[in-house]
Amino acid sequence: MDELVQRFLSGDRRALARIISRVENGTPEGRDYVRALFPHSGKTHIIGITGGAGSGKSTLTGALAGEYRKRGKTVGIVAVDPSSPFTKGAILGDRIRMQDLTLDPGVYMRSMAGRGALGGLAPSIADVVAVMDAFGFDYVLIETIGAGQDEVEIAGTAMTTILVNNPGTGDDIQALKAGIIEIADILVVNKADHPAADILVSQLQALLALSPAGSRRPQILKTTATKGEGLEALADAIAEHYQYLDESGQLAKHREEDARHQVLAITRQIVLERIRAATPDEELEALVKRVAARELDPHSAAEDLAASVLI
Amino acid sequence: MSTSTTTAQIRVLIAKPGLDGHDRGAKVVARALRDGGCEVIYTGIRQTPEMIAEAALQEDVDVVGLSILSGAHLELFPRVVEELKKRGVDDVLLFCGGIIPEEDTAALTKLGFKAVFRPGTNTQDIVKFVYDNVKK
Repeated sequence: MDELVQRFLSGDRRALARIISRVENGTPEGRDYVRALFPHSGKTHIIGITGGAGSGKSTLTGALAGEYRKRGKTVGIVAVDPSSPFTKGAILGDRIRMQDLTLDPGVYMRSMAGRGALGGLAPSIADVVAVMDAFGFDYVLIETIGAGQDEVEIAGTAMTTILVNNPGTGDDIQALKAGIIEIADILVVNKADHPAADILVSQLQALLALSPAGSRRPQILKTTATKGEGLEALADAIAEHYQYLDESGQLAKHREEDARHQVLAITRQIVLERIRAATPDEELEALVKRVAARELDPHSAAEDLAASVLI
Repeated sequence: MSTSTTTAQIRVLIAKPGLDGHDRGAKVVARALRDGGCEVIYTGIRQTPEMIAEAALQEDVDVVGLSILSGAHLELFPRVVEELKKRGVDDVLLFCGGIIPEEDTAALTKLGFKAVFRPGTNTQDIVKFVYDNVKK
């Protein structure tokens, strides 16, 4: 383990790739790597890019990374695509939109499968991002699975969340609904060469005009990622948002909230693993059958299970 | 969020080196491996050997499958293998498929390709090959 960590700390990308696999698989060894590398993290600006399937997230992510490279910055990218709920297999196709970056030594790009996690991310995303942060990239871009109306988890991990919208998809009632639109720090109207782009921009402006007084209103920006248009303004807006976070004290608050969330999520996992380890399969199956037959309610069954470890 | 459940799916890179733009076969194989429970990274058409090797390194895959229809396999595949070696990626399972004459099999085996799949192959045979031969 030490040898791989040494190679990692000296900037060896193969060591980075190897460590991410171990961390992603959630093995005890993977957890040891997170323990070793976590103290080196905390310097990177973590940016989330979310939006519907086909909205242009991958192309925009690649184009934004290209803009950062022009500015002499290094970039790590994690792109998540969904796993099959039945076979656990996945097609990870985000690299197709980021071909230009493959041979750039200042960019490392990693595809991840969702592995059943909710919220458009992957179960180990926070650990993987911490490892990429520790590697020393100036920016880490997280591209979520194609999101619907309620996949808001990205805002917990990312400091700046970009919501990618497309013209010609739904009326202004869609924009009025609660959920994902509320977590956006920057709203991007991608495919801005579409005739309906300006209509969407004005709908989003009208929506933001109704925001509570005193709250920070996200900027609305137009991009055509396939042509590289609007990326300079986007990178500037991201920098401005980071400055706001830093100066307002929101960044420190975000770090605390993320830390609280992670500690509780891992605790929940440890407790569940202990309970499962302490429960013979037959005992669990017996409880399951009684609940399915309506002889027992699920709350009492769960309390029975938990009691074996917690008392 | 780091609810670390222990899972390790086999990670496979399916890549098309060279200039031929026909990727139906590559996509069918990718889909079969997906249905077989693998995480398949597909990088699209027109990849250089350097791009394929670099993607294999960054994605830390267990398996690399190359698809080619142009006839340039004896030109391009050795360069892919060389680029992989240059990056220290020397422990992946290699296979290939496409329009590849029988008489070239020996040369490809010597390069390290554990299997050559031709048109008409049952995709289940490819899935089985991967599971039987992967170093996990």
